Amino acid sequence: MSDIKPAGGIKPKHQRLVLVVIALVALVGAGLLAAYALSNQASYFYVPADLMKDPPEQGRAIRLGGMVEKGSLKTQADGITIDFVVGDGKARVPVRFTGITPDLFVEGSGVVAEGRMEGQTFVADNLLAKHDENYVPRQMGDMTEAQAKAVVAETK
Amino acid sequence: MVPTIALAPASGKWQSARDWRRGSPGEGFDLPAPMHGFANPARFLRMARWLMPLLLVSGLLLSLGAVLYGMLVVPPDRLMGETVRILYIHVPAAWLGMAGWSTIAIASLVELVWRHPLAAIAGRAAAVPGAMFTAICLITGSIWARPTWGTWWVWDGRLTSYLVLLFLYFGYIALSGAAQRDMVSGSGGNRITAIFGLVGAINIPIINRSVVWWNSLHQPPSITAGKSSIDGTFLWPLLIAALGFSLIFGGVVLARMRMLLADIQAEARLRRKALA
Repeated sequence: MSDIKPAGGIKPKHQRLVLVVIALVALVGAGLLAAYALSNQASYFYVPADLMKDPPEQGRAIRLGGMVEKGSLKTQADGITIDFVVGDGKARVPVRFTGITPDLFVEGSGVVAEGRMEGQTFVADNLLAKHDENYVPRQMGDMTEAQAKAVVAETK
Repeated sequence: MVPTIALAPASGKWQSARDWRRGSPGEGFDLPAPMHGFANPARFLRMARWLMPLLLVSGLLLSLGAVLYGMLVVPPDRLMGETVRILYIHVPAAWLGMAGWSTIAIASLVELVWRHPLAAIAGRAAAVPGAMFTAICLITGSIWARPTWGTWWVWDGRLTSYLVLLFLYFGYIALSGAAQRDMVSGSGGNRITAIFGLVGAINIPIINRSVVWWNSLHQPPSITAGKSSIDGTFLWPLLIAALGFSLIFGGVVLARMRMLLADIQAEARLRRKALA
């Protein structure tokens, strides 16, 4: 039709297809390289293992994220200061926070604390609760895992 | 030689695929055989006329049912309580914000390689509803984050890359609008828009992987290939809501394509009258 065949005999649309595919491969490669190079800088928080491996300077503002260890949460005598331990399975960091905690802040759930290292303790100015990827109705949340499985098996 | 306006038939009426041929020699579209059928504008418009209301009505019914079910029937979540209900708007909107740009990317590829006459119009039609769903996703997410995380907004990987998606939409809408106005001069604006659409698509896998590559406050994906950590009680209405929202998106894209085609036709008619 309107295709003007060049000497090589390749149709223009095939030439365009090849060019676009090459450009896309280069683009995706560049994107992946950039994402890989960003892997440390683009993280929103450090986990306890990062702090142990590469301790930050005292007093520098950082974020620490991990799980609030079960049984570690203690309220101080003043009633609004709490102490707890944040762990990631490899390392543990004691955290102190004064203020009102978010509703989802409970032992055994995820937390992101904004603050700084003072000695061996992380002093937090602000706590953010981290929700995990599990969505469970309230009634089933109170059951043990075995009970929940039995209910699911029954309703299947 | 005066370049003819792309897509505007000389007679003012669309009869066959030939009416779509672009002005200058060597610029005609070149489609593989199965795509020829839809390159006929009359046939496309005939199909869109009944498909559009079908998609809109079924999509509205499904999403309304699923969202109402999610608001009234679904039990509160173990930790989040009542705020879990925002899931039924947030997740379908998030899916369509990304599906919208995927549509733009595919349309851009077809525009660049095969010069399909409807490709640029399809990309342009998908941009506005895509941007709207992206904004809905960001707003509902922020409303959910305040009681759940304890903050309206954080600059973590997922939230930041999704905000970038909204700005990409704004850029694409502005660029495609300018390309449309420039069509008369045949400046190749559609091609520049298509290149932007393809380059912007790199953000889609980044959004998808952001919660896996980087520590983020946003939770990792709940639904991965064949598995879900969302309880069945929450999951089924969510999937139906996602299907319903998608049908609405399809209907809006078809409606906008019809509108853009009518615009081009009216413009061509005015120009002919002005010359006569």
